[in-house]
Amino acid sequence: MSSIAMPTPKTWISARDHSDSLRPLALAAPLLLLLLFSFGAPIVALLSRAVYEPTIANALPHTIAALRQDSGAGVPDETVFRAFATDLKDGQAAGTVYELAKNLNTRLPGVRSQVLRVTRLAAQDPAATKEAMIKAAPMLGEEKSWSAIRAGTNRFTSFFLLSAFDLRWTGQWTIGTVPADQAVFLRVFGRTFLIATLVTLATLALAFPLAYLMTNLRPAIASIVLVLVLLPFWTSILVRTAAWTVILQKYGILNDLMLWLGVTSDRIELMYSRTGLIIAMTHIQLPFTLLPIYSVMRSVQPSQLRAAQSLGGRPFTVFRRIYLPQVMPGVLAGCLLTFILCLGYYITPVLIGGASDQLISNFIANYVNAELNWEMAAALSFVLLASTLGLYITMTRYLGLDLFKMG
Amino acid sequence: MLLSPYPTNAERIRVAALWFWCVLVLIFLVVPIFVPVPLSFNSGSFFTFPLAGVSTRWYEVVLGTPRWRAAIGNSLLIGSGTTILATVLGTLTAIGLSDPKFPGRRFVVPLLISPLIVPVVVTAVGTYLFYARIGLANTYGGIILAHTVLASPFVVVTVSASLAGFDRNLMRATSILGAKPLTGFLRVMLPLILPGVLSGAAFAFVTSFDEVVVVQFLANAQQRTLPLEMFTGLREQLSPAITAAATLMMGLSILLLIVANLLARRSRGKAGAESE
Repeated sequence: MSSIAMPTPKTWISARDHSDSLRPLALAAPLLLLLLFSFGAPIVALLSRAVYEPTIANALPHTIAALRQDSGAGVPDETVFRAFATDLKDGQAAGTVYELAKNLNTRLPGVRSQVLRVTRLAAQDPAATKEAMIKAAPMLGEEKSWSAIRAGTNRFTSFFLLSAFDLRWTGQWTIGTVPADQAVFLRVFGRTFLIATLVTLATLALAFPLAYLMTNLRPAIASIVLVLVLLPFWTSILVRTAAWTVILQKYGILNDLMLWLGVTSDRIELMYSRTGLIIAMTHIQLPFTLLPIYSVMRSVQPSQLRAAQSLGGRPFTVFRRIYLPQVMPGVLAGCLLTFILCLGYYITPVLIGGASDQLISNFIANYVNAELNWEMAAALSFVLLASTLGLYITMTRYLGLDLFKMG
Repeated sequence: MLLSPYPTNAERIRVAALWFWCVLVLIFLVVPIFVPVPLSFNSGSFFTFPLAGVSTRWYEVVLGTPRWRAAIGNSLLIGSGTTILATVLGTLTAIGLSDPKFPGRRFVVPLLISPLIVPVVVTAVGTYLFYARIGLANTYGGIILAHTVLASPFVVVTVSASLAGFDRNLMRATSILGAKPLTGFLRVMLPLILPGVLSGAAFAFVTSFDEVVVVQFLANAQQRTLPLEMFTGLREQLSPAITAAATLMMGLSILLLIVANLLARRSRGKAGAESE
């Protein structure tokens, strides 16, 4: 290439030869920078909230200094209480005390009102003693409260990530499970994985035979069937969910149909039920399972199957030993893709699932929208993201499925 | 092709069962998305068949009331902004990626695709947190940037596919003939890959036009889009106006995506025939 005469150094060829790989990179740079700014930075900002939590440290500077002097572990002495009162008074003046109370409340459920009560005391009576403060806020007399405050003075915390697994520090070096009445997240993750598994199995049962039939149809008919598969695929998830909310109503067409067919003798509540949620999710996910299976099935050589049959293989044996091993990568890819997408499901569970069918995504959104607990939302996002990326890397690494080529 | 030349009865039953099952699956796939269409023309205010009568009153609600009109306007505005930005940036990136000398492809391609893999709630919540800090939350620009992130992978993928059938020697020829790179791009490359670019643009528009989760976090009361209006309606009070909005959204999406796919198929041309 460099032997070609170059008119001026500014031309395309010469630029390529001199700056080598920088030119293509420069073309991609604007989008890459936008991705870093508008996708990378937000995710890092969110995930860091799971481990970086400076509210308590910022609100209690005097208390931290006093605690450093105080060598003991349990309930500290008078000077720490004095410093605590000063911090609360300052916090009330600066308006940050509510944030502190809310934050402590996530670590010590029920403590919020006590903090506000002891703040009022500190503001009214500058000389309030340790005894008086404990009387106003009994939690200040307990060892576990002070270990929570000590833990909170560290700006970096493992509290929220542990909470995402229903765990917490029970001592200096020991981790235990939280009380049963506070343990919610393992159940949510379990439910999310269970629903994702059920939907994946349902899509497989529907998609596998259809993909097989499609590979055996005349091309003209096969492409019509493909359009029928792609039509729902191209319709937005919100629109399809809306369609299902209409269908699943108590007086909706599915109930009409089942009554008419005699499947049921009474109208059933399908909205806000797990059955309804799984039906709708299966409908939305079906093309994602089907398309990878179909593309692999098309590459299987029919002559191999005929050869196996002519060698005396019974249909089931031919299927199990010749056909299945060849289509397995497509089946696994389709199932993993569906499973991954189900883990992050949001719209359909919100609109169709009942209160007890909300998945991880709904909890994340709820922590942000309703409870303003960014740290817990961040910790749950961390676990969801880690599961998703872990499965996706497995999918691309071991199955060689490339989303880039699927589009 | 399913039946062997001399089928046994067992084989006939198996194939019949396969057909029966597949027809049921196809009904399950296709019928639900069309259920809202007739209901949107219902003159009554319920979601039940048979229809009380035929009327376009719910379309009048969606196209006529200020609330829905504002939502449609916002959707079109945000969709257009996203389409322009995602198409320009995505096309540039695809051209860069098509160069064999592109460095670090192994790391760049997963990064480009990652917005499709990361659960959308995580993206939405993170963007809201970050944008609120820098003053981009509750702005049209912020929503357009966030949608561009979600839409650009589709542009990169479709334009890359059309570039696979593009002969790079043509670009060498333009420069040998003395054309500046931009001239060569505008007069030789762009006309040839245009179907791919337009198809990417249609995908980008539909991505933004159908998106609800990011908007839910980033939009204020003035920036509500059509999907967000529908989402809220589905949560709060179920009105047949939703079936009309759903029908409109579905019609536009399917129309655009059919065009996009026809264009994409055309642009893949010779290269497509080999790889598929």
